[in-house]
Amino acid sequence: MGESIAVEVRSVTKRFPGPGSRPGSEVVAVDNVTLQILDGEFFSLLGPSGCGKTTTLRMIAGFEHPTSGEIYIHGKPMGLTPPYQRNTNMVFQNYALFPHMTVARNVAFGLEMRKVPKEEIERRVQEALAMVRLDGFGSRRPNQLSGGQQQRIALARALVNRPEVLLLDEPLGALDLKLRKEMQLELKTLQREVGITFIYVTHDQEEALTMSDRIAVMHQGRILQVGTPTEIYERPSCRFVADFIGETNFLEGTVQEQEESRVTVLVDGLLPVIAETDHRLPRGARVSVAVRPEKIRLVPEPVPGEHNTFEGRVEQVVYVGTATLFRVRLSPNVSLAIREQNIISTPDSRAYSWGVGGQVHVAWLYDAGRVLTD
Amino acid sequence: MISEQVARKTSLWELLRRRPGLQALVLLLPSLFWLIVFFAFPLLIVLVYSFLRRGPYGQIVWDFNLENYGRFLDPLYLKIFLRSFKIATLTTVFCFLFGYPMAYWMATRPRRWRNALLLLLMIPFWTNFLVRTYAWILILRDTGLINNVLMSVGLIRQPLPLFGNDFAIIVGLVYGWFPDMVLPCYAAIERLDFSLVEAAQDLYANELRAFARIIFPLSLPGVIAGSILVFIPSLGAYVTPDLLGGAKSVMIGNIIQNQFLTVRDYPFGSAISFALMTLMLIAALVYFRVGGRTL
Repeated sequence: MGESIAVEVRSVTKRFPGPGSRPGSEVVAVDNVTLQILDGEFFSLLGPSGCGKTTTLRMIAGFEHPTSGEIYIHGKPMGLTPPYQRNTNMVFQNYALFPHMTVARNVAFGLEMRKVPKEEIERRVQEALAMVRLDGFGSRRPNQLSGGQQQRIALARALVNRPEVLLLDEPLGALDLKLRKEMQLELKTLQREVGITFIYVTHDQEEALTMSDRIAVMHQGRILQVGTPTEIYERPSCRFVADFIGETNFLEGTVQEQEESRVTVLVDGLLPVIAETDHRLPRGARVSVAVRPEKIRLVPEPVPGEHNTFEGRVEQVVYVGTATLFRVRLSPNVSLAIREQNIISTPDSRAYSWGVGGQVHVAWLYDAGRVLTD
Repeated sequence: MISEQVARKTSLWELLRRRPGLQALVLLLPSLFWLIVFFAFPLLIVLVYSFLRRGPYGQIVWDFNLENYGRFLDPLYLKIFLRSFKIATLTTVFCFLFGYPMAYWMATRPRRWRNALLLLLMIPFWTNFLVRTYAWILILRDTGLINNVLMSVGLIRQPLPLFGNDFAIIVGLVYGWFPDMVLPCYAAIERLDFSLVEAAQDLYANELRAFARIIFPLSLPGVIAGSILVFIPSLGAYVTPDLLGGAKSVMIGNIIQNQFLTVRDYPFGSAISFALMTLMLIAALVYFRVGGRTL
């Protein structure tokens, strides 16, 4: 990963006319977003539909222009530069392959528009098709290809131009799960090989975690958190991020005391839970503690040292193949979702004793919990 | 009793369901009857007539010969055939030049406007065709609207020759068949996936090139359909040249009419009709072939 900034989004806001198109009824799609995307980085914009991620991408591509703020590509302000004068290329969600052209003509399109010499076009098209492992498909029509193949052609058609930045708008959204997982790894490998900056829009948190160097989580037009997959997953900055990425238990309570980054929160008035924070929190503040289900262990007895450990009753047991999901009630108002890997292949006495209605203890490390203030 | 009826009914449906051929026959019977009695049979009569001879009093003489088709080589008729082709071609070209941009504009308006725009396009055509063609006489003739206005403001001294010539016919035909060009083009453009245009622009094509390489080729089926819908009736037109064309601007349709109603030479009229149909068929096939290749 290089040091220089490939794309900078500086205080960008985008408003669209509202559905009634009456003056004043505007929709704020992107709300004062600032981002710095590094050269050669695989950067994901992650969020639910309508969060502004696609609008942000389309502004970088030049299909939309910011209402205010500015976008810089390698330091150059983009202003109203149209898409065909930007050195970015996009992979569209529906691939947008030209149906009336062969695969080779599709891939050659960008080079032809740039008046690259014929022999060079031919060579680079062949290279690009080989890169996505579709050599020999050049003379086919897009509608003769499967979804996954079309997806790879769309990728080749963009990458053949050697753009400064490749923009991908949910490119795997239309593929089935298995193919999607394959393509995720393939895309990631390809990105490392070509070394081009990828900006990847997705609503699939697992996809973002798998592929990205860094992720920006967006919600309602704003950026909530930017960080590596580990940072986003392990240290979510707010309740929305913790909830959107993976599964989380939220334990509501009040701050009792704080020592450095470690806070004791009294949950439901009776359970003292110790967790981590980056902030200074006043005593008595209403907070929630986020704990991932896989960080909690079911144990026969309380675990000493550095652990939150409580007694509870098993309410639900769901076997899901790789893991078993438990719901354990700690108090009338507090229950926890717990995920245990199925390390042992046959049901044994241990599993039996943790059946529905069984009394158990739960334990998780102090650092596994994050205190969220919103 | 009732159960018997139900059973019979069921068995009839069963029969239709099991025999797709019979089902097709039942569905097609009304239209087949209509087409055979009022289209195929009369066409056969015309075909047979075209090989016969006119008697001294306009009657049909059963004397098989190819003379009627040979008469086309007469320069008089050849010229009229060529002129008809020229007029029909120019009509198609102008319909396209005016109609395509309009279709494009209409198809790219917000969805809620589009049906209203289509309605606006269609409304003038609810008036009788003859009445609308007469209106063009009032506009184009020497003492018509255009010449009157131009002369009264002193731009011209002599009336412009707008009426009684090929120009007037083309104006009338373009006006008459305009929606037949706009509607198929509109349908083709409206169907178009505009993310393809974005993709083209993303691949360094400016607006003009995106149009030439993406929008136009993809709407070509509409242009071809529209051109055929305009060209064929224009080639066979007879009311418009009759009313707007004057004595020197005769088209094929006028000769056919003339042969049947004035000269009473049914065999020659039939031969011209058949030749016209064949030409149209050839033109349509060539056009489809050429259009199909570019797609």
